[in-house]
Formats: sequence, C-alpha cells, structure tokens
Amino acid sequence: MKSESLWFIFINASLVNNFVLAYFLGICPFLGVSAKMETATKMGGAVMFVMLISSICAYGIHALLVALNAPFLQLISYIVVIASTVQLVEMFIKKMSPALFRSLGIFLPLITTNCAILGLALFQTSKGYGFVECVVYALGAGVGFTLGLVLIAGLREQLEFAEVPNTVKGTALTLLIAGILSLTFMGFSGLGG
Amino acid sequence: MSATTSTDEFIKGLWRENPVFVQVLGMCPVLAVSNTAENALAMGLATAFVLIMSNLLVSALRSFIPKQVRIACYILIIATFVTITDYAIQAISVELHKSLGAFISLIVVNCLILSRAEAFASKNTLGKSLMDALGMGAGFLFALFCLGAVREILGNGTLFGLALFPDNFESWIVMILPAGGFFTLAAWLLIFNAINERRGTS
Repeated sequence: MKSESLWFIFINASLVNNFVLAYFLGICPFLGVSAKMETATKMGGAVMFVMLISSICAYGIHALLVALNAPFLQLISYIVVIASTVQLVEMFIKKMSPALFRSLGIFLPLITTNCAILGLALFQTSKGYGFVECVVYALGAGVGFTLGLVLIAGLREQLEFAEVPNTVKGTALTLLIAGILSLTFMGFSGLGG
Repeated sequence: MSATTSTDEFIKGLWRENPVFVQVLGMCPVLAVSNTAENALAMGLATAFVLIMSNLLVSALRSFIPKQVRIACYILIIATFVTITDYAIQAISVELHKSLGAFISLIVVNCLILSRAEAFASKNTLGKSLMDALGMGAGFLFALFCLGAVREILGNGTLFGLALFPDNFESWIVMILPAGGFFTLAAWLLIFNAINERRGTS
C-alpha cells in the first residue's frame, strides 16, 4: 500500500499535474532556456537537484515553524533557504566541474526566482506530506520539469528549419507549442484518477 | 517638465514596455490564475500592490543597501509585502484566497517585481519609482484582465459570473484548462506583434 501511494505521488507530480504544463510553474526558464536541447537537459538537472535539497529543507523548516508557532514566517524562510541552496549548488559545481559551471552561466543563479521550486515547497506543506513523500514528490516534480523542458527544446530545434511568418516568430510560437503539448499531457489525467 | 516625464514613466509600463505582452515577465501567475476575469483582477491588484510598495521601499533605501547583498534584501522586502497581501486577501474573502491558492505566495518569485526593483527603483528617486510601479502594475493588471476576460467568456460563457449568452451556448472547456491559457496568451501576443509590425512598416 505504502509503495503504491508513493508511486502515485511520483506519477502525479511528473505527468498528470506536470509543473510546467498544468500548473504553469517555472514558465520563465521554460521560455528562456528551451531553445537548445543541451542547455535544457542541464538546466533540468540543476533544477531537479535544487528541488530535492530545498524540499528536504522546507520539510525541516515547516516542522520547526509549527513548533515555534510562527507560520507567518513561512514564506520568508522558504525563499531564504532556496536562495542559499542555489548559492551552495553554485559553489559546489564551480569547484567540482568548472566546465559545467561555465555552460550553465547565468541560468544557475536564476533558479532562485524559479517559481517551480518555491511552489513545490508550498504545495508539499499544504498537502501535509511526510519526509519520504516530500522526497518522492520533489523527484517527480523535477522529472516532470525536465521532461517538459526537453520536449519543448526538441520541438523548437525542429522549428528552426521551418518557415514561419515574422509575426508568429518568437514567444508566440513557443506558447503555441506549449499549448499543444499541454493538450497532449491532458491525456495522462486518467492515470492518477 | 517633471510632470511630463513622470506621466511618461506611467504610460511606458502600460503600453510600450508592457510587462506581459512586450517584456514577457511574470508569466506564471498570468497563465495560472487568468481562468476567470475576477481571479485575474484580484491577482493583478495584489501584484500591483506588492510592486508599488516594494518599489517605494527599495527606492527609499537605495543608498543604505550594500551592493553585494542587494538581491537578498530586495527578496526579503518583497516577501514581507507578499505575506501582508496574503493575510489581507484571506481576511477579505476566504473564497478568493482559496481559488488563487499558492499563487499569492508565489508573487515573491514574480520576476517582474524583482526586475523593477533591480532595474529601476534602485537607481531612481521615490517619485519616479512610484510612477514606474504604478505604470507597470497597471500594465500587468490590464494584461491579466485581457486574458482572464477572454478565457472566461469563451470557456464559461460568462463575465464576472454573469451569463452573456443564451443557454444553448456550447462553452469551450479547453479555454479554462491550462492549454487554453497558452493559446490565449499566444493569440494576444500575435495581435500585439501584428500592430507593432504595421506601425513599423507604415
């Protein structure tokens, strides 16, 4: 029973309620970083990692805030934790792999303002998940985010070669693709029930 | 003289540098809560309030905030005002608070607010920052309302909950669903592009 419900959380977060295509979280990097397949994959990996860490931290903070009876500090402490996690990841990557650090460039610090991460922390709190469920939920959300990013990057790479009227080029075209992709993802809605 | 420049700051946000249609900033709440005109309006007002207050405070404190930690300071200022807004909306209407859900808290990470603080309020005087925030807030509100109204009219056949069409109107369910948000925004962007292009060529 336990493992089944964890599986359900994972599928739910990654496919049925995909963070990008159903909840509209993290649209900014979604539109900004999705032009090339390679950057999209790397961005997805970095976001997944930050999601995992900040989800665990948010779980601890929530427990602490409940104990202290100070729920109004929730938002401020979450955002501080996310910002410092991103900073930590940045330093870690810089030390371990300078090449990866250079290729991610400006997108790394921008993860701080990715609403998918703060959204994840808020959702898991409002759903009252336990520790293991939080981790699985974060993993699912990360996988879903990466999936959406990679799918749209592939489509956009193909469209580079298509002839599109000037008026449609740019953001409008990306949004149209995203809409169609979002329609296809609705097909998963039967999975979770 | 100064009056004309400050109206200029205001108009700029409303049309020429409209945060949604031109700069494509703060997309997440724009798409997520624009399924009815009422939600869109409430979200726009909440965002505008946070934008105005944080722009004012950032501008007032601009000579005291050290350069190295400015982003962290801005986020703390914004988070404080968002918390206030969150509790205020809950006090005014529990129903509205429920339908906007986590997206009120997510105003914190709206890139529009942070970018105005960084790009404008930290470099300009109190009055100019106020006008800039008012303009940007109004532009954001206008864009959200454009989206919300279209989606509600087509998806529900209503506007602000009032029926617009006779009973046999077949509503386009897809417009209220996430995909509809993408399509509507794409359509508005197309209209904007077309207008700007025509202006450019004539």
